[in-house]
Amino acid sequence: MAEIKPRIKLDRKEAKKGDLVEVKALVQHIMETGQRKDAQGQTIPRKILNRFTCTVAGKQVFAADFEPAVSANPYIQFKFKATESGPVVLTWTDDDGSKIVGEEKITVT
Amino acid sequence: MTVRLTRRNALEASVGALAMAAFGAISPVRAAYDSADLIRKFTGGKAPTEGKVKLDLPEIAENGNTVPMTVAVESPMSEQSYVTEVLVVGDGNPNGGMATFHFTPLSGAAEANTRIRLAATQNITAIAKMNDGSFYTASKQVKVTIGGCGG
Repeated sequence: MAEIKPRIKLDRKEAKKGDLVEVKALVQHIMETGQRKDAQGQTIPRKILNRFTCTVAGKQVFAADFEPAVSANPYIQFKFKATESGPVVLTWTDDDGSKIVGEEKITVT
Repeated sequence: MTVRLTRRNALEASVGALAMAAFGAISPVRAAYDSADLIRKFTGGKAPTEGKVKLDLPEIAENGNTVPMTVAVESPMSEQSYVTEVLVVGDGNPNGGMATFHFTPLSGAAEANTRIRLAATQNITAIAKMNDGSFYTASKQVKVTIGGCGG
């Protein structure tokens, strides 16, 4: 599979200290539940992104554990409080241990 | 030419059939926990209080493959008082668990939105854990027209 590039959108690039910034992110992933069967009747093994984290300037602001009940191409929306400028790093961890990483920047004035 | 059915032949045949039947029965692995167990594990046996949690889901989901869900918890989200975790479970999926959201005071608002799969019409429950150890909950039923687990 080609390298997956997550789509990330911050509702603003610059914020005043204390403002709430909304993050929307979408990543392409099959999120195979481990419940489905293929044409031969074999169960297709589970393969999902089970962990999502977001750090701003190195500090964790939000995280989520996903179960197979999360839809394919998982979408996540959350907020964080602007306290300092820095990179906004979003990381998804796959069942196989691989990671999908996306990065944005926030400037706090 | 006919095959003579001896006692030995018959026995071997039946053992084979039995082994196949047993294998077939075991292979679909069922959920280890249902939603009630997951809630008990999350709260440590404490009964959560109704309120503070807002669970936003459509009343009727035409397509269970992707149902938008928003969960928001009333909280000042300060260092003194904030929401640490929110567990979302459903009682109609093969696995009860759906997602767990982790917040910190830096989150600013205990609010998250994602899209979930619903196999059938079911009750969704969100339980919020506060930093002082109290629990709040909200539930909502979603009617599903087309299930989201390959059904």
